[in-house]
Amino acid sequence: MSLNIEMEIKHDVLLLRLSGELDHHTADELREQAANAIEKNEIRHIVLNLEQLSFMDSSGLGVILGRYKQIKQVHGEMVVCAISPAIQRLFDMSGMFKIIKLEPTEEFALQRLGVA
Amino acid sequence: MKNSMNLQFSALSQNESFARVTVAAFIAQLDPTMDELTEIKTVVSEVVTNSIIHGYENDPDGIVYIQVTIEDNLVDISIKDVGLGIVDVEEARQPLFTTKPDLERSGMGFTIMENFMDEVEVLTQPGKGTEVRLKKHLHTSKMLCN
Repeated sequence: MSLNIEMEIKHDVLLLRLSGELDHHTADELREQAANAIEKNEIRHIVLNLEQLSFMDSSGLGVILGRYKQIKQVHGEMVVCAISPAIQRLFDMSGMFKIIKLEPTEEFALQRLGVA
Repeated sequence: MKNSMNLQFSALSQNESFARVTVAAFIAQLDPTMDELTEIKTVVSEVVTNSIIHGYENDPDGIVYIQVTIEDNLVDISIKDVGLGIVDVEEARQPLFTTKPDLERSGMGFTIMENFMDEVEVLTQPGKGTEVRLKKHLHTSKMLCN
């Protein structure tokens, strides 16, 4: 199983919907696509919808942290939504919620950034 | 009853998913919970990724070896490479420590292993390779019946 990346841009917000598995192998693809989209479209904020993500490991944390650092340079925010309990444990373990906001749904996440 | 399996494959990132799914399929006969299965898959993914990125520095000629033994409710996993080895294991096990921040490594691999398994042992020698031994007791429904 691989990773499927769906991207949508709303003003300066990049919405990323991930489905499948995010590991070291698929992280490279996500890094490339997301980094390019952020740069080309003058993105400030990111919403990460993980509802359909069935597996993630620390390589996923690395690539998410990498994109957070990218938008932090333009004082943007990252919001993660619809996260499964298993993946939430990885976020908790690594203290990611100190810097990344969590919302239950995509709608709430977009509302938070004023583009719902 | 003791039951074991061996697996070896090229140090290629596309084999990370193969490795964790295969180990999970072997362990499935113990009737683990979904959480236990996810934990084991995540940990296998962490160790195999370390072997590929750090042990072999992405050299596809490298071979990763996995041995899994199950006995009663105990899962015993050994994942080994004959790559570069780790110079300072204590440092490598620190949360958020990574030698490859440029590759966006989170440094959380060992922390995840320690959180998800009962025992994590690292045997390594610089220039010779690394073996990570992992143990986990499953809380299977079968055990409750016995």
